[in-house]
Amino acid sequence: MKTIEVLDGGMLTTVQDLGRFGYQRYGVPTSGALDQFSLRAANRLVGNPDDAAGLEMTLIGPRLAFLAPATIALTGADLGAHLGDRPVPGWESVAVEPGAVLWFAGPQDGVRAYLAVAGSVDVPAVLGSRATYTRSRLGGLDGRALKAGDILHVGGERPVLPGGALQLPAAHRPAYGHAHVLRVVLGPQDDRFTAKGIDTFLSSTYIVTPQSDRMGYRLAGPAIEHLEGPDIVSDGTPLGAVQVAGDGAPLVLLADRGTAGGYTKIATVIGPDIPRIAQAAPGDAVTFERVGLDAAYTAVRLQEARLAEIVPTRRDSDLARLRKIAAAVAAVVSLER
Amino acid sequence: MSQEPRFLVAGDAGLVVEFGDAIDPAINRRVREWFLAVERASLDGVRDLVPTYRSLLVSYDPLRTGFDELRERLVALGAHLADRPVPPPRVVEIPTSYGGEFGPDLPFVAEYHHLTEDDVVAIHAGNDYLVYMMGFSPGFTYLGGMSERIATPRLATPRTAIPAGSVGIAQLQTGIYPVESPGGWQLIGRTPVTLFDPSRHPPVVVDAGDYIRFVPITLDEYSAIQHGIRQGTWVLPVRGMTT
Repeated sequence: MKTIEVLDGGMLTTVQDLGRFGYQRYGVPTSGALDQFSLRAANRLVGNPDDAAGLEMTLIGPRLAFLAPATIALTGADLGAHLGDRPVPGWESVAVEPGAVLWFAGPQDGVRAYLAVAGSVDVPAVLGSRATYTRSRLGGLDGRALKAGDILHVGGERPVLPGGALQLPAAHRPAYGHAHVLRVVLGPQDDRFTAKGIDTFLSSTYIVTPQSDRMGYRLAGPAIEHLEGPDIVSDGTPLGAVQVAGDGAPLVLLADRGTAGGYTKIATVIGPDIPRIAQAAPGDAVTFERVGLDAAYTAVRLQEARLAEIVPTRRDSDLARLRKIAAAVAAVVSLER
Repeated sequence: MSQEPRFLVAGDAGLVVEFGDAIDPAINRRVREWFLAVERASLDGVRDLVPTYRSLLVSYDPLRTGFDELRERLVALGAHLADRPVPPPRVVEIPTSYGGEFGPDLPFVAEYHHLTEDDVVAIHAGNDYLVYMMGFSPGFTYLGGMSERIATPRLATPRTAIPAGSVGIAQLQTGIYPVESPGGWQLIGRTPVTLFDPSRHPPVVVDAGDYIRFVPITLDEYSAIQHGIRQGTWVLPVRGMTT
């Protein structure tokens, strides 16, 4: 069903889900939301499964006209969302009337905001996913960013939730700021660096450069010393890998990274901290904190627990109905596991 | 007996099985064996596999498994690799129109090596090239086995748009551009075959472990094959390897 007309695409607005898996062996990057915590939260807030397709919006948000009633949720960066003349609260379900226009006044905190619509954005799956990979024009809406005149269809089940029916409690909502501590697990090629190089990496403050995008974040700062040079025979590139080329500068590889690379990787940013780097803007400060695998796994479970905190508010008087919605959402969540 | 693989930590959701740090058909064959065995086993919690020249990246869901558990299961699989030998390699014949408009750098490559254009074509098309791996971009093949006699440096200034199907040389590498992209390889020919098509299953026609043989064709044959591909009547020639 025709639900949303794009009046202005914004800086970079793409359809994303949790990514395209099973095709990296053929050189196809996973793509998908850079900040998966936020997309998953947005989906849960409207009763969608975690991997439903939504919109990833970058710094300057789009202008979207709703042609039909919808339930939406906005998560991730605060880009100054408004419906008409009213600010839209983030991290909770919002009921939208036909004719309403969603627009963004400008970034307040973070870089990437996520919009989920109950029923999910309906674009054809390409190689099993709706994620957009613009470089190869794969997936999403014709493999590209949204532009004025595009129409988005919403499909599937379209549960209608009252505004504020579901929300992530304030204590569990991230605040991004301009200084980011990223936890890393050393490897897979930490043995290709000197002790001094590893110390430089773990003790220095790096600055996010403007050469940062969905493929990776290029950081500037003290050069990291290799043992015998930066080249390796091409090897797989895990999400969050911190690649160090000949200039000694770290590059954090993200969703649109190439599937293989020939540079040493000193460490890997842990999954729960990928959303933090995804929300960093050029000029922001980044430091790396070494953790062990057990601490990383604990962090993964803590993040799941935070997501599971999405609860009905008591604003609506129909508590029984809300409990049913919450149970339905919980069922979807447990199915996901 | 070959050396035991190394199991490397690649974050909280990745494990690398490393078989060596060299471009070597024997190492690559072990990658292939392990890749096929792990894929067949469809281990719980494994999300994706990326075989490369010399390693296998196993991506996993840390809520469902962990590094130690996964390593144990992989070691167990590795102990039984001999039970299911890797199928013999296929040779995929890639019809290629050399020189002219499709291979604008063929004269340069010939001149660079004091050869005729026909010599360059005969050398390039006279060998089976091992597909070591696919990556970094969709459908790109890393080939091994190029003759030093035609190894040629990249262009000083890369082209901004190289048509899909272009066949090129860069130093000791040769390859096919699967989709239109910028690039600095010396272009010596073009194939009408579509190397990467996301609407196809699988999206590629050549896979890691296969060999590629470039087969020279005329411009007329190029047009006929292109027409056949569009009609769905042309079938890519694939044969077994004769050793």
